[in-house]
This record gives sequence, structure tokens and C-alpha cells, in this order.
Amino acid sequence: MTAAVPDLPLAVPALELRDLEVAYRVRGIDRPVLRGVSLEIAQGEAYGLVGESGCGKTTAAFAVMRYLPRNGRVTGGSIGVGGNDLLAMSEAQVRHLRAKTVSMVYQNPGTALNPSIRVGEQVAEVFRIAGRSKEESRERARAMLAKVQISDPARVLKRYPHQLSGGMQQRVVIAMALASDPTLLILDEPTTGLDATVEAEVLDLVTALRAEFGTSVLFISHNLAVIAKMCERVGVLYAGRLVEEGPAGQVFENPRHPYTVGLLRCIPRRGVRKDQTRLDTIPGFLPSLGAALPGCVFADRCGLAQEICRAEEPALIDLGGGRSSRCHFHEQAHLLPRATAPRGHAASRDGGGGEPIVRVESVSKTFKQEGHEIRALADVSFAIRPGETLGLVGESGSGKTTLARVLLGLSEPDADSRLELDGRPLASRVGKRDTEQVRAIQIVFQNPDAALNRRFSVRRIIGRALKKLLGVRGSQRDERLETLAQSVRFDNRLLGARPSQLSGGLKQRVAIARAFAGDPRAVVCDEPTSALDVSVQAAILNLLADLQNDKGVTYLFISHDLGVVRYLSDRIAVLYLGRVMELGDAEVVFNAPHHPYTEALLSAVPTLDRGERPRIKLEGEMPSAADPPSGCVFHTRCPRKLGEICETEEPPLVEAEPGHLMRCHISIEELRRLQATAPDAGNRGRSPSGNRGA
Amino acid sequence: MTTAPDPLILVPEQLTKASDDARVARRERLRLVLRSKTFLVGSVIFLFWIFCALFGEMVAPKNPFASDPLNRLASPSGEFWFGTDRLGRDVFSRVLAGAREILTVAPLATLLGTGIGTILGLVTGYFRGLVDDAIMRLMDALLAVPLVILALLALVALGPSNTTVIVVIGIVFTPLVARTVRAAVLSEAQLEYVQAARLRNERAPYIMFAEILPNVLPPVIVEFTVRLGYAVFTIAALSFLGFGIQPPAPDWGLQVFENYGFLSANIWWPVLFPAVAIASLVVAVNLISDGITQAFER
Repeated sequence: MTAAVPDLPLAVPALELRDLEVAYRVRGIDRPVLRGVSLEIAQGEAYGLVGESGCGKTTAAFAVMRYLPRNGRVTGGSIGVGGNDLLAMSEAQVRHLRAKTVSMVYQNPGTALNPSIRVGEQVAEVFRIAGRSKEESRERARAMLAKVQISDPARVLKRYPHQLSGGMQQRVVIAMALASDPTLLILDEPTTGLDATVEAEVLDLVTALRAEFGTSVLFISHNLAVIAKMCERVGVLYAGRLVEEGPAGQVFENPRHPYTVGLLRCIPRRGVRKDQTRLDTIPGFLPSLGAALPGCVFADRCGLAQEICRAEEPALIDLGGGRSSRCHFHEQAHLLPRATAPRGHAASRDGGGGEPIVRVESVSKTFKQEGHEIRALADVSFAIRPGETLGLVGESGSGKTTLARVLLGLSEPDADSRLELDGRPLASRVGKRDTEQVRAIQIVFQNPDAALNRRFSVRRIIGRALKKLLGVRGSQRDERLETLAQSVRFDNRLLGARPSQLSGGLKQRVAIARAFAGDPRAVVCDEPTSALDVSVQAAILNLLADLQNDKGVTYLFISHDLGVVRYLSDRIAVLYLGRVMELGDAEVVFNAPHHPYTEALLSAVPTLDRGERPRIKLEGEMPSAADPPSGCVFHTRCPRKLGEICETEEPPLVEAEPGHLMRCHISIEELRRLQATAPDAGNRGRSPSGNRGA
Repeated sequence: MTTAPDPLILVPEQLTKASDDARVARRERLRLVLRSKTFLVGSVIFLFWIFCALFGEMVAPKNPFASDPLNRLASPSGEFWFGTDRLGRDVFSRVLAGAREILTVAPLATLLGTGIGTILGLVTGYFRGLVDDAIMRLMDALLAVPLVILALLALVALGPSNTTVIVVIGIVFTPLVARTVRAAVLSEAQLEYVQAARLRNERAPYIMFAEILPNVLPPVIVEFTVRLGYAVFTIAALSFLGFGIQPPAPDWGLQVFENYGFLSANIWWPVLFPAVAIASLVVAVNLISDGITQAFER
């Protein structure tokens, strides 16, 4: 049933959890976090653990490392590592185990490395602990870095962590984790926070290393597509219970637990768009930490729940073929009714109706830093029409946020840049714009924790925006405030709460309400869902689409999640090193022929849909904007580079076909021919799990 | 709205849970402060001196100002617990009564310094650039001059009085507070709620004082308590040098100043007891400050 490497003994699993129970002691009471989790990882197998935040994924990993926080302890069950009982081990034995057998890679590589010690010393230390000499350790450190595909190990070894990019840091961390040749490697969200292209490289690396070392992997992620790509088997965790388990492909193709079904439906996939349907969501909230749950843990949020689900905890039912589900009605899981109604009336998609609201013309932005000139934006032009969403994609450092700041008037562009609102020139600084213009362009930030003043109540946050932008006061303001809260589905009874008392999704709703306070014409959404769980993300995306539908507002939507961008955008602009590389209708950009950079970006994103595109690897890292390459700025990494012309001459942004702008020396016909072999990005073929319950 | 009700609307239990959590968190912090032994010990001593500042003259066994020429420099005894000073005044009564001056002057001076420092910290941290450079270089210049010398110069120029002491100490403390507050404001101003405020054309004073200030209050409070300890210490030192609180106030530093000449004659009591009083007040303030800091750091 597992895809174990044949010549390894199958009898002893690399990791075996039996009815593992972990509790955190909060205010004197033990609150269960893991409720009897049993799972087995065979030698050489990769096992994925998925679930939303707060389900206990990381706690499980910490329990296996015996790194639980001071108020956490194992209250029942057993943990076997390579056949040895972890819980019976002494401190010294556990240390030995961590040094030799089990390694862990944490989410944030920046904090996993000591900022004041050179990378070389940190990697070599692992070998020194294993008893190697100083010389040998250094030699081995270099060899290890070469193994994780760092092209110039000698140079990297001499650097400090902050001098490396995020992807490079994560490679170093993986190198350290693998240095002791562990039998079990725990990866806790190893690619969250990395760019799609870097994520793809790190995932490729893990795959390659696994083939070489035969290491077993426990892979924790909230990203189902990543798990589907990396793991043979998967376990779905909800409220500390393993609710479903089985081979990854089958579980995602044909889920047998309503929670898994719900999770999969939240994700915008198969090229679904806002004008086709609303995304489904999972209603309600995760039970609070340590709540008593007499019945099924998911009963409160489950559309299939019956009397028996609230009264009786379902057993983990063996479905055969290595699959199991903890649901009384696992056969009907796919019949889970939609929690969110599909769109009542088709959202209008008036492509190109009316004059552009916002026009950005040859906008450049040059930062000066210690005598260097950094050109963050170079000659960017586009227009957004009313009620339209322009998606901005590109790796970090491509200038997406700078562009948003320029448009908002927070950052002053270079002299020749022109901004227009409704055909009238727009001052480059927000302080110089009139109230009308200030109201017209607003923003929803990525991180609602930072975007809302934590000392203010929700009422004050939204009320202030109403007062400043609309000039309404007193009872009139209260009235508007309540209407506004209602339009973002924010319960009026919560208006007195402070942001810290609200969940991430509710906080983002408050931020959206604030952006809409002055009836804006255009709203910049800067990664508005990337800090949220998928079910909350779905609700927020629905809300944004509904608001656009009702108010005809225009969005400039920035996201690194291409599925999300595709769902919400009418047109897409692809940015690289501050330049627009490709611009066109969303479907045109997502379907071949694409610009080689877009092609690489799309291929880097793991997807749950079948028929994955062949990976197009991008060589190296994005060059610095302080010293952009000559000619086409993408030529240093371009897999389809023609030759000298790319190095010497910058291609202009031209209309390659009607409504489709591209900056490339290769003709669109040639691109179409080259990319014809790759399956279409859309791949609309419906897989059986689809929205059958809808 | 044509759309169906949203499933994510909070149910009433969630509502009460949310407000419960906030109340619990606030109570938790208060409990942390109150449970901290350092804070409790510091408060007991501090409250004792506050009591003395308010009622010292009433509870003192003798009149702290009345000299008794027959009993000059009497050693501690049943009648004079802490002995008498060079004019025959009861040292015990004077120690009790001496809390008033310092507990008026030191907090006012600290308040002044923290106030100006906070304003300058907000202005420099928010505007950065030229304003920041100009003000902070001036602050650095102030810091470069030794504190006591600066105070002495100002007091000589302006003539010693309680007001002068308050102003001088306040000015001397300003750069220290400004620096701490500026650092906090710098990181706070990076947060997006500040940009959101700029995006609705808020005026700078509103952003600084209404949006940012409440969020940098914890370091300001800690800074105030730390500075208060230093203020007590500095004022005592100034009084000892004759430039601080002026006679006939029964100030502790002044008492040490008036009587330290007799130390060589082995008459230690009119010096030791006021000195211990100063030390206990400084220690008490620092203990309170530590307790608060720990609670804020959690």
C-alpha cells in the first residue's frame, strides 16, 4: 500500500504514532490539542499532514521532536521512532536522536539560522557534533551545500544568513537537517512565504534528496497542492483528530470526509473565475482549544451532520486500499451541500465598458541608496476600466507593491510619470490630492494585524474613515457604519471589539470595510488573503467579488497565488524587475502562448488538477534592480533565450495579438509553437470530486 | 444586497468568547503585575514614603523644624530614635517629613522630561529626514555633557529653586526618553495602519498622537518609572551639592549636606538615616519599574 523503497525492511516504520494525545496547560487546565492521533510512516515514505491553522499539525511535529513548549505534554499514547519508544527515552538519548535520526526544518528559515554566525560554521557544527574533526567538518559542509544545489558553496559558506535570499537560506537549513543523514525528516511548512519559483526549486530539491538518501519525510503544509505533489500518503487533521487518511492522489481526487471535501472546494482551481461561481466555504469556526467534543469533531460545521454525529464519535473506518475516514457518512461525503450559495445571477463581465478609471502612464520609480540607483519600476503603463480587476503577478522584488504605493500616492514616482483618475491628472502625493481623489483610491493590506490599529475598536476604525472621507457625523455616521459593516458581513454586535479579539478573516473584513468607507472607485488589494486559511480566503474572495458586483468598483489585485489571481482578475499584468513583461485578458495570459517568464511562473505552481505542466526551471535568482541585466532583463534566466539579441537589445512591450501585450524578441507564433507541447494551463476536465454537491 | 447570508457571521457564543478573551488578557496582565514580588515590595516601600510625604509632619514625634540647642548632635536614644542634628532637630522626624519635597519635585521633573521626550520621539520617529537629524543631533549634544555639570550650570545661571530643579532635570531627561520613544515609533510607523491613516489624509498630529502614541505607551510608562528612580537620585545629589532643594526644607540630600562635616567626629546618625531613606526610595521605584517591565514583556 505504500511506495516504500523495496530493499528496506518494511516491518519497522520510520515513525509510528499510536493514539497520541497532547495537551497544553492553559490557566491551570489541561486542554487537549491532539486527540488520539495514530499514523505510520514507512521507511522512505513521504507522509503529508494537512489541515488549517490550529488543527495541531505543528504540535504533532514538536511532539515527535520532543520539543513541546513548557506547558505542553504528552498525555497518552506512544511515539515510536524506528521502533524505539521516544517517550521512554532519557534527555541524553533524545539529544542523540535529534542529532542522528530525526531532523526538522522550520517554516521561517530566517529565524532558524543564527544571524551572527557564518553559514559555514553553522553547517559544519552539525558534523562536529557528530564527532568529526574541524577540517573534515568544513569539507563536509561544503559537500553538503553542493548537494542542495548551491552553485558556489565556498562563497556561501563565508556569508552570514541575512546575506542570503529566502530560498537560499531554506536550502542551507535543509542541508543542515540532512547533514546527519537522518532516517526521518520533518518539514514544517518549508515553502510558506517563499516565491512560487523558489518554492518549486525547494520542492524539487527535497524530491531529489529523498531519492538519494531514502529519508522518510513528514511534510506539514496547509497547501494541499504542495502535499499532493510531494507525498505518497496524506493525513487530514482537524481539531487534533486525524479525520481522513490515504494515498494522496486518491484522497484529493475522491475525498471521503466532509472536512476534506470542504477544504478542496475552498480552493479556486481548474481555472474557475468569479463570474462563473462563488467559492464554497466551510461555515463556522474551529472548536476552541481543548473544547469538549462528545461527538464528531467536525459535526458543528458539517452540512451532513445528523443526530448521531453530535452524540457519537465515529471510529476511524477502514475503507480498504489503505484509506480510512472518521465519518459516519463517509460514503456520502461528496454530497456535502454547499455552504455558500453559488452566484445568484451571473456577475456581469463587461470587458472594456467605458472609459478607464485609472490610467498609469510611463511610471518609473527610482530609489537612491548609498549612491546606487535602484530602478524599482521602469516605464509601466496600463489602464483599468470601471468594474474591472487587474491582477498583478510577479516574484517578490518585481515591483508589485511599489506600483501600488505609487498609485496610492504613498511613494512619489520619477518626474515623467503620469497618473490619471477619470481622465484628470492625479497628484503624485496623497497629501496633494483633493478629498474626492483620496476617497477614490483605497487599499486592503496583506496583514490585517498591522493594518488595523490594535488600540482602536472596530467602530472607531471604520467610523474615523467615514468621518474623514465622507464627512458624516453623529447618527448619520452610525447608520452608515452599520450598513457598511453589513455589506462586508461583519456582525454589528462586534463593532465594539478590538482587532485582537477577532479572527483573521473578521479582521480582514474590517480592513475591507475601511477601504470601502468612502465609496472608492478603485481599491488596491495587496495580497489580501495570503495570511488567511483557505476556507477564510474563499469567504474573503467571495466578498470581494460580491462587492465588485454591487458597487462596480475596480480592483488592482496583487497576489503570488496564481489560482487566486485567476479567480478574481479580468486582466493580468506580469511584472519582472519593475517592467511589464506581459499584459492581457486573464484567460489569454493563463493560456499559451505566454511570455517565457509567465510560462515559468505558471509551471512553478503546484496544482491539484491533473495534467501538471512540465516544470520549466528558472536558473538562478532574480537579478538586483540596482544592476539590471543589459538587453532583455529576463535573459539571464530565460529558458527560451534566442541568443545575442536578448543580451543587447531590450524588447519593447508590443501588442503581439489584439489585446495581448508582450515584451519578448520571440514572435507570438513562435511562442505558440514552442509551448504547444505543454498541456493547456486551464485543463478544464472535471475530476470526479468536482462540485457534485452543488 | 442580493447575496445569501454569509456563513462566517459570528454566532453569539463567539461574541461572548471574544470579549471574554480580552477581559481575561487584561486581568492576566494585572495579575502578573500584582503577583510579581518585586512590584509588591517596591510598592509597599513607595506607598510608605507617599504616606510620609502627605502626613509626615503630623505623625512625626517632634517638630522637624524646631531646634533644641541643649540636645545638639545627640546620639540615637529612646527620646531621639535617630539622634539629633547640628541644630538639635530630631533626625527621625526630619526623615519622615523629608519625603515631601523630593516626592513633589522628582515626579514633576520626570513627567516634564517624559512628556517633552515623548513628543520629540514621536516627531522625529514619524517625520524622519531633516527634522529627525536636527533634533536628534541636538539631543546627542545634550547627552554628551555630563548630567550633573549641566544641571549645576543651569542652576547657577537661573538661581536654585524647586522650579529650576524641575525644569533642569526635565530637560536633562528629555534626550533619553526621546531616544527610547523614537525607536518605538520607528517600528510602529512601518505598520500599515499608519499608511491607512495617511490614505485618508489625516493630519500628522492626529497620526502621531491619536494613532501611534497609544501603541507606544508601554515603553513610555517603563521609561517614566526608570527615570523617576534616576530623578530621585539626581535631586538628592544636587541638594547635597547645595543646588537642589533649599533650606529650611527637611530634604534628605540637604540633611546629608548639612551634617556630613561631623562624620569625622564619628557622628554618623544625621547622615546615615537620610541616606538610607534616599536609597530606599530609589530602590522602591526601581523595583516597581522592574515589575511593570516584566509584565509588559510577557
